[in-house]
Amino acid sequence: MTETPLPLDPGRAPALAREFGLKPEEFARALAILGRTPSLTELGIFSVMWSEHCSYKSSRVWLRTLPTKASWVIHGPGENAGVIDIGDGLAAIFKMESHNHPSFIEPYNGAATGVGGILRDVFTMGARPIANLNALRFGMPDAPRMKQIIDGVVRGIGGYGNCVGVPTVGGEVNFHPAYNGNPLVNAMTVGIAPRDRIFLSAAAGIGNAVVYLGSKTGRDGIHGATMASTEFSADSEEKRPTVQIGDPFAEKLLIEACLELMATDAIVAIQDMGAAGLTSSSVEMAGKGGVGIELVLDTVPQREDGMTAYEMMLSESQERMLMILKPGREAMAQAIFQKWELDFAVIGHLTDTGRITIRHKGILEADIALAPLESEAPLYHRPTVETPKQPVLDAAAIADPVGILPALETLLGSLDLCSRRWIWDQYDALVNGQTVQRPGGADAAVVRIEGHKRALAMTTDCTPRYVFADPEAGGVQAVAEAWRNLTAVGARPLAITDNMNFGNPEKPEIMGQFAAAIRGMAAACVALDFPVVSGNVSLYNETQGVAILPTPAIGGVGVLEDAAQSVGLALSPGQDLVLIGAMQGWLGQSLWLREIAGQEAGAPPPVDLAAERATGDFVRAQILGGAIAACHDCSDGGLLVAVAEMAMGRGCGVTLAPAPDGIPEHALWFGEDQGRYLCATGQGAALVAAAVAAGLPAVLLGRTGGEALALADGRSISIATLRAAHEATLPLLMGS
Amino acid sequence: MRAAIILFPGTNRERDMAIALERASGRKPALVFHRETELPTGTDLVVLPGGFSYGDYLRSGAMAAHSPIMAAVRAHAARGGLVLGVCNGFQTLIEAGLLPGGLLKNATLRFLSMDCILRVERSGTAFTNHWQQGATFRAPMAHGDGNYFADDATLDRLEGENLIAFRYVDEHAQPTSAANRNGSARNIAGIFSPDLRICGLMPHPEDLVDPLMGGVDGLPMFESLAAA
Repeated sequence: MTETPLPLDPGRAPALAREFGLKPEEFARALAILGRTPSLTELGIFSVMWSEHCSYKSSRVWLRTLPTKASWVIHGPGENAGVIDIGDGLAAIFKMESHNHPSFIEPYNGAATGVGGILRDVFTMGARPIANLNALRFGMPDAPRMKQIIDGVVRGIGGYGNCVGVPTVGGEVNFHPAYNGNPLVNAMTVGIAPRDRIFLSAAAGIGNAVVYLGSKTGRDGIHGATMASTEFSADSEEKRPTVQIGDPFAEKLLIEACLELMATDAIVAIQDMGAAGLTSSSVEMAGKGGVGIELVLDTVPQREDGMTAYEMMLSESQERMLMILKPGREAMAQAIFQKWELDFAVIGHLTDTGRITIRHKGILEADIALAPLESEAPLYHRPTVETPKQPVLDAAAIADPVGILPALETLLGSLDLCSRRWIWDQYDALVNGQTVQRPGGADAAVVRIEGHKRALAMTTDCTPRYVFADPEAGGVQAVAEAWRNLTAVGARPLAITDNMNFGNPEKPEIMGQFAAAIRGMAAACVALDFPVVSGNVSLYNETQGVAILPTPAIGGVGVLEDAAQSVGLALSPGQDLVLIGAMQGWLGQSLWLREIAGQEAGAPPPVDLAAERATGDFVRAQILGGAIAACHDCSDGGLLVAVAEMAMGRGCGVTLAPAPDGIPEHALWFGEDQGRYLCATGQGAALVAAAVAAGLPAVLLGRTGGEALALADGRSISIATLRAAHEATLPLLMGS
Repeated sequence: MRAAIILFPGTNRERDMAIALERASGRKPALVFHRETELPTGTDLVVLPGGFSYGDYLRSGAMAAHSPIMAAVRAHAARGGLVLGVCNGFQTLIEAGLLPGGLLKNATLRFLSMDCILRVERSGTAFTNHWQQGATFRAPMAHGDGNYFADDATLDRLEGENLIAFRYVDEHAQPTSAANRNGSARNIAGIFSPDLRICGLMPHPEDLVDPLMGGVDGLPMFESLAAA
């Protein structure tokens, strides 16, 4: 008789399946695949592989519509991370991933393991990580636990990144009440590998050893992927044991050991054990390779006594990898891992059965055909409802209650615009000695590639309030903003990773946000030649029925052939300040409207993608040609906020030219019109002429010098005053 | 000048250090793994770079101080060889008993990553020859445990014997408390051994040796060592 795993009590199995997050019809599908009642371990495997987090069952139909190809794309979505050709025989490997739910429950470890997980996604492909970035959304600081969450998340990101020795070079932060019960922690890693030395995850070679690497397996994080696939309720605190604990020291050793082994030709395939740990790594590697896999769990390095097969397969203990080795290379590989004091264990081998079989203590614990586990995975075309369009606001109909300069001072100290120094002062941004543009100094981080002149520019961007007001326009804007920030340092934007953070996809209005945001992103990606090469989806970001603002965070990567050509944003005395791009005075969804006029209203500013492309291509060419000394895009807060940010960079004042007629003054200075760059140059008239000759709107906006920001009519405010307002907010809130 | 950089598990600033040493001396330093028991023949300078050796899960540097290679480092120091410890390397030299005092958690109880200004308290050493006495320079710091501590007798002796290497100062070269972000005793950022052959400091001069990375403020230390 054929051996089968010990089935669950058929009467109890449906209830347990529900507890594990499987819908009744999904459980029925699992029963059909197996032809019998599953064992506990098998039910665990089905439930995590078919969780939203691992299967993308609600989002896949939409993700497929994103453009993913360009001549420089080596590997798009589907691998552990995206891979692009950046010249000089090099590839950049990058991805962004969320750790929202764990970071809410246990901020320090939730954020820390978010960083650790995304690092592994990148170095598992053969890259040395050269930079970390992040995209954070917090609730209002006076919301319950929120200061503790902010503090813990920042400490966790720093605690992990600083220790592994990868510089944290950039990021973004927003505050909004919609995140009070569900903050977002998205972490991005960028790495560099030789273009011809990329490691993939598809297993191959019947009989080849399956090797476990890294830290030992404990009981932490069991069913973390399932937790990430449900809404929060009042009992979320009880889910604390599903949060993993990070060990950045082990990760540092794992990076060095893996890169040392990768320099040999011993590895067939390798993947990190991320969400759903040993289950997802073994299922995905074997599934992609079209082979079977047999695991014998007795040899899995274990941190605790008496662990069951179910616990080992579902554990999300950190700093672990799974690898397929070529025959005869075990001893050599083991020696490298012993040198780095890491566990190395052969825990199974590849088979020709097309099944995953799991044995423990001589007992068959699971036996599942791999093909249907993937091909029969649930896929939902969930119903969508479009977000109603907001009216375009008439700026002239909105009174300015305080005047231009008082509004500027207030805005610069407001939560969404204040200095992030309190945060980045806790992140090591310089380790490895290649950071050309540091946090706060430029629109994108710039990190040189060791031993090369070449550098990568990196940024994370999204304006969730725009996406909420108009998901499609907001999706366009998020991608355009990333492209613009890379352009503003002189880089050629190449590709993006996306981190789609949304609410409960079973609600049509949420799924409508998702679908429209993807539509907008896709349009921008096509227009800007800026494909998506990797990404992550985080749904069910709701607490007690309240959804977050839809937040498709974009991580953009661009290249500079010579790091020395990059520019920052700080003004110096004796320069002309030139604005390139059209002035409309669009106040809808602006921070001025929210912070000064007290309204979150109106349609968000539209992005004209053709103008965006033409303006950016012109500005980049001028930067690379040496005509522009400093550059800053106009985004949150509008034109005057951008001028002030450039002025505060080195404490250099600026006197502005008279405002053009036809636009109310407050709309002119604080409207968040898109597709605009402020450029500091020694030759303002020549730059304006060149822009106009290229068919682009451009004006000489001001002249730098002195110690104040001065309007043409004589009103002025000192840079020191602006700086004080800008720098005080976060230290005051966080008590340091 | 032949330099050897020691690699402990968790060391992470060896690349920055190698770049700085090579830039000043024209010679690639050797990388020596902590399990080794001997330094490369002819080593003039041993460098313990920054990082989180053994994760700093015990006191920072406490485990590294007991690595096999440390016997060779002690012997090198006893022969009058040059030893530089930066950040985690400084912590390790203290834990190894090669320099006095201790490094506590920053007074802010937070990791501090920012540029500070250092004043050269003693020129005319193998580490500081290329600076004038009292010169100031920028150096990035990146540490959680950089709060230098010693009892008053030790501090008095360090000052009396002129063994303070660097102090945290403000833009007017004054050792104010505002300039002393991590709360170090008497603003001390770095110290020498009595024979001036061992130097430990918390900030990272090796991260400011290239105009492209923001300046060359840290280069004189490596030029001094290259000429020593």
